[in-house]
Amino acid sequence: MTTDDIPAIACNKVCKSFGSTEVLKDITLDIPAGQVSCLIGPSGSGKSTLLRCMAFLEEATSGTILIKGQPLGFSEQDSGFRARQPASQIRAVRANIGMVFQQFNLWPHMTALGNVSAALRVVRGLPKREAEARAMAQLEKVGLADRADHYPSQLSGGQQQRVAIARALAQEPRIMLFDEPTSALDPELTGEVLNVMRQLAAEGMTMVVVTHEIGFAGSVANRINFLDHGRLLFSGSPEEVFRKPRHPRLEQFLDTYLDRGASMLV
Amino acid sequence: MSWKLFSLLLQASGMTILVSAFAIVAGLIIAIALSALRLSGNRLALGFVAVFVSFFRGVPLLVQLLLLFNLLPALGISLSSLSTALIGLTLCTAAYQTENLRGGFAAVPPGLIESADMLGFTPVQSFLRIKVPIALRLTFPTLISEAILILKASSLVSVVGVIELTKMASNLAASTFMPVELYAAAGLIYLAINQVVTLIGRFAEGRLPGTGVPAR
Repeated sequence: MTTDDIPAIACNKVCKSFGSTEVLKDITLDIPAGQVSCLIGPSGSGKSTLLRCMAFLEEATSGTILIKGQPLGFSEQDSGFRARQPASQIRAVRANIGMVFQQFNLWPHMTALGNVSAALRVVRGLPKREAEARAMAQLEKVGLADRADHYPSQLSGGQQQRVAIARALAQEPRIMLFDEPTSALDPELTGEVLNVMRQLAAEGMTMVVVTHEIGFAGSVANRINFLDHGRLLFSGSPEEVFRKPRHPRLEQFLDTYLDRGASMLV
Repeated sequence: MSWKLFSLLLQASGMTILVSAFAIVAGLIIAIALSALRLSGNRLALGFVAVFVSFFRGVPLLVQLLLLFNLLPALGISLSSLSTALIGLTLCTAAYQTENLRGGFAAVPPGLIESADMLGFTPVQSFLRIKVPIALRLTFPTLISEAILILKASSLVSVVGVIELTKMASNLAASTFMPVELYAAAGLIYLAINQVVTLIGRFAEGRLPGTGVPAR
């Protein structure tokens, strides 16, 4: 098997419980490299939790998650014992992943340039000038070079999210995870963020996107995965998702979007 | 009151400013270190911080200073009056500042740390680069209040033999029989110093990165 055949992310029988509440039930899902995979589903369906498990921001209760074939978070020992990885190993595997959050999570005490260059300096140890040059290139890519010396509080939500995308890209990840990247934005600002994501998809970045933007999922995703009550109910290409007849629960979920005037997409 | 007496008070106020400024800065550094111990979640560290904070907040500063002054020589450690005063005042304010910072650290949104985690920051790196600057900014007004409290509390270090503003006023009052004038003058000097601290605080607060005026 060549490296191209290894899925970017492989989830195998992932379960997650918070106390007695089962949030993810036996999720087995491959994220193919170089493609855009969307996770859709109603609120509370577990799609964000699944994405956070892929980044080890949540620890799966059982099951395994492989990033480019390497286990993340836990290593299975020969005896079958599931051992937590040392922090350095988690950081090494995570270096493959960039993450973009619903609330942007920019650091308020740093400028846009500071946010994007911080990890290059702190984690990679690059000299200030080189880190800032690379950061500036990423800001240019998301169309915000002219906002480099603005603090997050001086930027619109859409601009903040684009800075957050530039910050993740500066670490040169091979996989980008997006956790409802436009849910905190109004429709106009949503558009500018989705455009950056489209551009990234066109460049062949492996992307996993948790989203309520069914239109975006339909037009950009290679695969759409539908979750409901912690189960992966359906997984397929956009054509398969939108072709009738559908799984009854998926039908019901998509109907709510039809009701809101998205009929041209479905 | 003669200029000569007033200039003696001003000279002594230099000592007040020195011990207070040292205690505030050193106390802040210790408070950050104690906060790190507290955030580590280690039970032994938590216990140590809890005992430290409750002792130095629960025992009067005057008693702490007298205890330190008499305890250290008994342990065979001989320190100057000034060193004893600096240590006493620093440990006391460190305890208060640790408590002040607690709220600041608790108010750092967890998402800001998650984004640092995802970018490869170690816990120490995200503590120093993300948590500390944000917690300091959030608790900056209480830091200024603490500085004012310490400036006033520094009058107590005279008990270990440091001649600062209050002690100078009391010495001069005893020799000149002008207590009202001298204590009034001392009071005005404290007031003036604290007004300056307040103004510096207000000035700095509006200029902390990420707040206030646009970058351009």
